[in-house]
Amino acid sequence: MSQAYAITVNGAARRSRAGSLAELLEEEGLDPSRRGIAIALDGSVVARGAWADTGLAEGSVVEIVKPAAGG
Amino acid sequence: MKESERTNLPVNDQQDRDSLTIAGETLGSRLFIGTAGYPNQQLLLDSLAASGSELVTVSIRRVGLEGYAESLLDLLDGRYRLLPNTAGCTTRKDAILTAELGREALDTNWVKLELIGDRETLYPDVEQLVEAAAELVEKGFVVLPYCNDDPVTCRKLEDVGCAAVMPLGSPIGSGQGIANPAMIEMICSRAGVPVVLDAGLGTASEAALAMELGCDAVLVNSAVAKSENPVRMAEAFKLGVAAGWSARASGRIPRRKYAEPSSPQLGLIGG
Repeated sequence: MSQAYAITVNGAARRSRAGSLAELLEEEGLDPSRRGIAIALDGSVVARGAWADTGLAEGSVVEIVKPAAGG
Repeated sequence: MKESERTNLPVNDQQDRDSLTIAGETLGSRLFIGTAGYPNQQLLLDSLAASGSELVTVSIRRVGLEGYAESLLDLLDGRYRLLPNTAGCTTRKDAILTAELGREALDTNWVKLELIGDRETLYPDVEQLVEAAAELVEKGFVVLPYCNDDPVTCRKLEDVGCAAVMPLGSPIGSGQGIANPAMIEMICSRAGVPVVLDAGLGTASEAALAMELGCDAVLVNSAVAKSENPVRMAEAFKLGVAAGWSARASGRIPRRKYAEPSSPQLGLIGG
């Protein structure tokens, strides 16, 4: 387990030990296999296939989104 | 579509009359529906079914903030083509990232591009809108921009490669209908891509008017979702769109200043 670092997830400050975006999702209580989830890391979309191989760093800004009602 | 093509539509050709093609994809309904603001999930689903729509809009939002417990994707995918929007975005950067997240989340390169310039009127920020549209087209998106009822803006959006233009009838959610019918008609007559009347409609007759003015489709949300009977209003909009489209295709009579008797004058008794 790596050292905890400070990141921002959906606008909220967190300390995380997740080694990858896939692990971060699990830390957040989200099932990475669930359809409809998309992730941006530091302003760029990370494709689902790369979640397990994409690491986080001190100061990383993560957005985790899904479709919601909209007009 | 050109004027001559519109008025020469074969009346009995159901396919020509009812289907719409955007970016090479054929849609069987000219009514697009938004999924926000329904009293509950069942009324949303029933309203979508009653509308006959094949294309429904969704937003892209942070997890944990969604309205419904079940995933919208699980509810709607496979039954409707989902059109992610960039609603609420006020910068080109946010709109483009939201579009890219929507593409990843929904596995579609279609996007309803919204770039809001003012929170109170929800009017588009035209300058950023055109730039963002160009950038998204460049990135391979099928861009359907929500825009002003302004023929110059619509032309610019078309010129940068948008697959349709979606001028507002009046401010989003206002129910004011089509504030400037003459300009919507002007936009339709000049557009080389489908025109979708987006935003501001309050009731079904306004959808019919949009189609009579030359629009290719109508996008509605609040007028259905927030009506007293969303399912019935959804059906009313379906009928309104169909009536307006058929009327447009049929070639209305000209307006005259004075009466024109419909019964023959010859053989009138008492003369």
